[in-house]
Amino acid sequence: MSANIVAFLYLVSGVCFILALRGLSNPESARLGNIFGISGMAIAVLTTLTISATTNILDGILIISGITIGGGVGIYIARKIPMTAMPQLVAAFHSLVGLAAVLVAAAALYAPAAMGIGSPGNMHTSSLVEMGLGVTIGAITFTGSIVAFTKLQGLVSGSPLTFPKQHLINLLIGISLVLMIIAFSLTESHFIFWALTFTALLIGVLIIIPIGGADMPVVISMLNSYSGWAAAGIGFTLGNTALIITGALVGSSGAILSYIMCKGMNRSFFNVILGGFGSDSNSISSDTDENRPVKRGSAEDAAFIMKNAGSVIIVPGYGMAVAQAQHALREMVDELKKAGVSVSYAIHPVAGRMPGHMNVLLAEAQVPYDEVYELEDINSQFSQTDVTFVIGANDVTNPAAKTDPQSPIYGMPILDVERSGTVLFIKRSMASGYAGVQNELFFRDNTMMLFGDAKKMVENIVKSL
Amino acid sequence: MNKESIVNVIEAANVEAITLVSNLEHSGALDIVDPFMFRLSIFILAIFIGYYVIWSVTPALHTPLMSVTNAISSVIIVGALLSVGANFIPGSAEASDIFYAKTFGFFALILASINIFGGFLVSHRMLAMYKKKV
Repeated sequence: MSANIVAFLYLVSGVCFILALRGLSNPESARLGNIFGISGMAIAVLTTLTISATTNILDGILIISGITIGGGVGIYIARKIPMTAMPQLVAAFHSLVGLAAVLVAAAALYAPAAMGIGSPGNMHTSSLVEMGLGVTIGAITFTGSIVAFTKLQGLVSGSPLTFPKQHLINLLIGISLVLMIIAFSLTESHFIFWALTFTALLIGVLIIIPIGGADMPVVISMLNSYSGWAAAGIGFTLGNTALIITGALVGSSGAILSYIMCKGMNRSFFNVILGGFGSDSNSISSDTDENRPVKRGSAEDAAFIMKNAGSVIIVPGYGMAVAQAQHALREMVDELKKAGVSVSYAIHPVAGRMPGHMNVLLAEAQVPYDEVYELEDINSQFSQTDVTFVIGANDVTNPAAKTDPQSPIYGMPILDVERSGTVLFIKRSMASGYAGVQNELFFRDNTMMLFGDAKKMVENIVKSL
Repeated sequence: MNKESIVNVIEAANVEAITLVSNLEHSGALDIVDPFMFRLSIFILAIFIGYYVIWSVTPALHTPLMSVTNAISSVIIVGALLSVGANFIPGSAEASDIFYAKTFGFFALILASINIFGGFLVSHRMLAMYKKKV
């Protein structure tokens, strides 16, 4: 096939990926978008197979078995994975893209002729710079995603891990990475390439360990972005349009999601990345609050209050995901609707452990997506609502974000649940949320605390309805 | 001066003029653009496309967005396929280097395949769950 046709087909593949993302503007077109994505991938793979023109049987066997093994594993995981485990799955997938980028860069270094980028010891400096950048970002994505995965999966504690001189050490390693990329592009030394790779693997671990569990939405988005830039770096090295376009799309996608998540917490990107948030426990206030009276309620009380309400807004949070309470919650809402109560859902941008986490769980429980509202669309409704039912959320409802300039969450956009007639809180205990601050709302007269596991509590409410 | 010699002179002048123009083309203003610049142009424009496309994604679909971007970034599989197909050409590379390249490529191929099949399938699963009110 002529080089021009090949380049054109890669361009078509890139355009398919743009359409795949464009489809996600609404759930109906998203399904078609996914088909565009698959087509783009098929075009890219088939085009590459025709140009590699390998007549060697062994190569053919390697390619078929590689795709079969990988495809089999991928299909198995994708079918088995529960929706609540989606954040760790995405983190794991990011790590694979990172490692694949490292491996492809290494292969390009050892056999540049196969990629059409010169001969060993005689590559373009610009190819080497791109390769160095690609392998560095790929390696950071790989180990960073693995750390994020272990935190999300609960294999290690989700709390931030900090140590003295952390930022200084990271800075020095960062500078050494830049120097190594320069040295590598001047010398094409294999030794420097591997040194660069291992240093980047190390920094990937170091930059993610100080970041706590509830900041994971930012971390996952950031790693998403990195995996894109790594792909783009490799795309530059190979001169492949499909890879360059995709890398740019994915890179900007992750960056925008990080921005949205940071804005949802009113924190700067650097504040999140430097880590340690929520580790210095602000236990000063919670100690004194220990004995303050709260109004406790039972499942029967909650059922009675909601059945007699005209309108209910449900505010889900990470606690709902942990307790897997989404199905029970939908049953409860069905019962309420039968009783003539109007029900809607309010989602805070950073609820859960990844962007859109709550929406997927509610969709899984067959909640229609047009009953689910984003913060800015529903916040004005709380004042006209009889009951707000908060399930597994805390910090995102804390009025201190609006009133107390001393609070670590001051300035964060919150759901104005306190404006509704009655607030029902399902919580396991009085423990403070991720930010380590007590929620003033618990002690208000119009608040009723429902202590217990979210799923069991909701099931009991369903029985009482 | 006879007719033949005039023709010769004109031809010589012609050749000189062509050489001059082609020299001019290869220096300065009419220089050939490095392919890197084309790639950079595509890259920058794709970032802008990404910016506008991603802002139009509804927040309810942010999780599928991540799994779809994940799947499509595995188009890095093209690099893996090329590496697996690396051929030993005497004089251009060590045979052991080609072996390494093939091995790296093979593992990259497996990883990228996991991501492609897993990423698109899990996106499909999620997107199939989003239903409108009946």
